Amino acid sequence: MSIQAIEDTKVKAFPAPAKPAEVIAFAAKTRRRFDPVVIAGKLASALVPPAIVIALMLVVWQVACSSPTASLPPPSQVWNEAYDLIAHPFFDNGPQDIGLAWRVLISLQRVAIGFGLAAVVGVALGALVGQSVWAMRGLDPVFQILRTVPPLAWLPLSLAAFRDSSPSAIFVIFITSIWPVIINTAVGVRNIPEDYRNVSRILRLNQFEFFVKIMVPAAAPYIFTGLRIGIGLSWLAIVAAEMLTGGVGIGFFIWDAWNSSRLPDIIVALAYIGVTGFCLDRLVAAAGAIVTRGTTAK
Amino acid sequence: MTAYLKLDHIDKSFARGGQVSEVLRDIRLTIDKGEFVSIIGHSGCGKSTLLNLIAGLTKVSAGAVLLEDREVDSPGPERAVVFQNHSLLPWLTVYENINLAVSKVFGSTKTKAERHDWIMRNLDLVQMAHARDKRPAEISGGMKQRVGIARALAMEPKILLLDEPFGALDALTRAHLQDAVMDIHSRLGSTTIMITHDVDEAVLLSDRIVMMTNGPAATIGEVLAVPLARPRRRVELSSDRTFLRCREAVLKFLYERHRFVEAAE
Repeated sequence: MSIQAIEDTKVKAFPAPAKPAEVIAFAAKTRRRFDPVVIAGKLASALVPPAIVIALMLVVWQVACSSPTASLPPPSQVWNEAYDLIAHPFFDNGPQDIGLAWRVLISLQRVAIGFGLAAVVGVALGALVGQSVWAMRGLDPVFQILRTVPPLAWLPLSLAAFRDSSPSAIFVIFITSIWPVIINTAVGVRNIPEDYRNVSRILRLNQFEFFVKIMVPAAAPYIFTGLRIGIGLSWLAIVAAEMLTGGVGIGFFIWDAWNSSRLPDIIVALAYIGVTGFCLDRLVAAAGAIVTRGTTAK
Repeated sequence: MTAYLKLDHIDKSFARGGQVSEVLRDIRLTIDKGEFVSIIGHSGCGKSTLLNLIAGLTKVSAGAVLLEDREVDSPGPERAVVFQNHSLLPWLTVYENINLAVSKVFGSTKTKAERHDWIMRNLDLVQMAHARDKRPAEISGGMKQRVGIARALAMEPKILLLDEPFGALDALTRAHLQDAVMDIHSRLGSTTIMITHDVDEAVLLSDRIVMMTNGPAATIGEVLAVPLARPRRRVELSSDRTFLRCREAVLKFLYERHRFVEAAE
């Protein structure tokens, strides 16, 4: 291939006729950081669609359950009969007659203890399994079998062991929520880049320093995934466990309402449980987002 | 005079599933204090393995690494490594990354104020003091590598080990960092071993260039002394006779006598 000479096409640099520059006055920056209009718009776009869906669901439900032969109460009946529970979450009329918020708080307290223990023990065991090949070979098969045992299957055994309903419920929470924490932590620890390990070896970090300064931060995204699954499971388990163990938690309230045929109360309690579970999930997710900032970015 | 660092008849082989593959055979090399030595060779010739052996990150199969006549077989801060992919901890800021090293190495010998001054001195040395509160994700690749160098220097190592430190950088950034390393070497006189596959880089920076034969069972094929006065300037050197002769010698070794043959697999 040959390159042909290009004829001089006489490109003329043309001096543009000088034009007086137009002075543009910049408008003063008027937009505030918290513009109420913008915030209202964002809120509306987040809240209006679910509000419409909920309203539609209520209408369908009302229509479906309005016939006299319907076995479940329509929303209007729930509102009328369970108004006390909806409007006054914090009333306290002595034992066994307290507002639903109190009951949720009591259940949450059990979850906090059981899940807290599961988080600490789970991260420690997960670190061991992730770090040591022999611990993994020994423990992993056991974990894989035990984690498939349904939460309530543990309950009779723990009632026999603790001889009291409250620690039994806490144990069920613990044993339910620990597996995802262990397994995710172990995966996270196994995935720590070899480079980070080399850095710690060159610095001669001891086991404890390595655990605190390298292992936990490096595995934090995995750990928080495990914690998030764990908190969801423990909220599932507490309601079931309380149904059987009694006491004053939200789970027992549902069982109690069923036994005295107060269906509207059960529906209100379900709403409480759902909202609380949602909040727990978001809480752990938010904590994870704060703690792991920077870790996932390369 | 005894050698500062001595690689004494080192063999290295890896065993995997009953198969033993010999990577390095009979490596013999002595390095003086303050020397800048490059190790060059085709990919797969075991040069990174050799660096890991000196760092103590992998163990020798036979022979020994002697630093000031003492055998070293485990990693330690007196043989600091600058990794190819910087390996800064992403959840720590630039300052905290160096602080991790400094507080471990000098935790008992320096006060908190002294450690702070020492960290800032090392950041200044690589011109990164301005980014002390940034996280690694917020700075460029070249800057990360600067911080990696600062972290290694902050350990006050007897030997600085650079594992293809500029391999992942663009040409201009690489040139800047090469100048920075030359400057630091002339100021601190740190004994440095650098793995590279860039001929110009090796000639520009080194006092001696160690050329490796191809694997398996690679060994040192030739050692070339680079008799160029320091400080060296890349623009002047680009037409310097000695520079060009050294460059030619390395190129001849790599491309005529030990041509890289892609393993037929």
